[in-house]
Amino acid sequence: MTRRSPLDAPPWIKLSLIALVVTYIAIVVLLPLGAVFTEAFASGFSSWMAAVTEPDAQAAIKLTLLVQAAIKLTLLVAAIAVPLNTVFGIIASWAIAKHDFSGKALLISLIDLPFSVSPVVSGLVYVLLFGAGGWLGPWLEEHDIQIIFALPGLVLATMFVTFPFVARELIPVMQSQGRDEEEAALSLGATGWQTFRKVTLPNIRWGLLYGVLLTNARAMGEFGAVSVVSGHIRGETNTMPLHIELLYNDYNLSAAFAVASLLAGLALVTLVLKTILEWRHGDGLVARGH
Amino acid sequence: MTFKRRSAIPGFGLTIGVTLFYLSLIVLIPLTALVLRAATGGWAHFIDAAFSERAVAAYKVSFGTAFIAALINAIFGVIVAFVLVRYRFPGRQLLSALVDLPFALPTAVAGIALTAIYADTGWVGSLVAPYGIKLAYQPQGIVIALVFIGLPFIVRTVEPVLADLGADAEEAAATLGAGRWRTFRSVVLPEIMPALLTGFALAFARGVGEYGSVIFIAGNMPFHSEIAPLLIVTSLEEYDYAGATGIAIVMLLASLAVLLVINGIQHRERVRRGL
Repeated sequence: MTRRSPLDAPPWIKLSLIALVVTYIAIVVLLPLGAVFTEAFASGFSSWMAAVTEPDAQAAIKLTLLVQAAIKLTLLVAAIAVPLNTVFGIIASWAIAKHDFSGKALLISLIDLPFSVSPVVSGLVYVLLFGAGGWLGPWLEEHDIQIIFALPGLVLATMFVTFPFVARELIPVMQSQGRDEEEAALSLGATGWQTFRKVTLPNIRWGLLYGVLLTNARAMGEFGAVSVVSGHIRGETNTMPLHIELLYNDYNLSAAFAVASLLAGLALVTLVLKTILEWRHGDGLVARGH
Repeated sequence: MTFKRRSAIPGFGLTIGVTLFYLSLIVLIPLTALVLRAATGGWAHFIDAAFSERAVAAYKVSFGTAFIAALINAIFGVIVAFVLVRYRFPGRQLLSALVDLPFALPTAVAGIALTAIYADTGWVGSLVAPYGIKLAYQPQGIVIALVFIGLPFIVRTVEPVLADLGADAEEAAATLGAGRWRTFRSVVLPEIMPALLTGFALAFARGVGEYGSVIFIAGNMPFHSEIAPLLIVTSLEEYDYAGATGIAIVMLLASLAVLLVINGIQHRERVRRGL
């Protein structure tokens, strides 16, 4: 793709533009990333020392247990929300990409809607529905069902914010692959399900993996929406991102950055996998902004 | 909505049914509940809650900082996209991957990291503090966080358009004697403008609603550096459901307006390209 364009003629312009971009990305992106690991390591080591030499090791153990509870909760929420949204994403893109119907553009816009809603508003809508002062609140209380300030609320809020990712990724991939192969399989006598499994799925698997990856990253890192529905009960409804805030507000910076570094590690793994996917299977993906 | 089936592929009824059901359950019914909630409280009450002095100040902070951040990203985003598309240099792939980091990094992590850097005692904050410049715990801190969050939106929307844009028109312009800057301004810029506006709108909308990365660095002073999403959370914590709902409706309308603008841009672009 190297082009001889009049725009990149003199090397000094090219070099200074590259230098500018490298500096910009370094300041905007690399600096915060570096800060997470530096703070986590610098204070993490000293706090590790403190925990060992601390006569009151009880406090340190309690802290670790709370972090472990937050990690478990985050994994649990993602383990429920990600598969559900993945299945939905596949079903929705099958309906949208493989069929013609009026109102398709509207449906796609509605699926995209959660992208443009503030995470805080996403959490709020569930509080208004299921919270103590909400519409279904009294009924839920009567039947002893808790959604807000409990796991179901966290899962719902996470599902709302990660709703569009898989469908967004799969619809263009499925559309670009057309319907010929499916129609051929069907005319040869395959059932709809066989056609999906043997023809469509292999074609979309990399796009699907990409979508699941993005869904998972957002699900584990979501803050605003879960913050509203969580109630911040330590050890019970505090996910990892929420626990970071709690530690930070307690002036326990070392622990806050230690947890943050775990999530930053997850983000880096996500980026590496994403880059590998784009490299190896670029034609099975559709490069776009989100 | 009427559905006409014109595809030989089966499963339409089932998949569209599941799609509409799930969409309604997770997204549409909860959002409708928000709107109805605001409506049942009465118009006057809604106006009071949504446009209290403190709420209006918070909108100004949210919309103002999101606009400035999107503007900064629009300028640098185009340069980043241009360099990534046109030039080949060692580390280009890494640079391209880093652009996506703000999508992948949890907002709370970004928030505490940025605060650590730009606070008076931080790496950057301590460099500018002697000159009386404050970055964190001020509106400018919010802009810093939103520049981080918004970076990928502009780059990733402009990049594919720049890549598709052949060098022919530019070469023609250059042959006709246009300088590099003039070629960029009158040949490249008009081509990427729709994508740039779309990216700007996306970054702006995300910035207005952003919460996690902002609240740590903002300082959250009412009437000064308090963002609208935080005011929703504060209202909720005080059991002021009407206040929270009112502000949320204003923000929801703002994001719908941005969505409409984006759809309008893309529609015009499709018409222009004759698709």
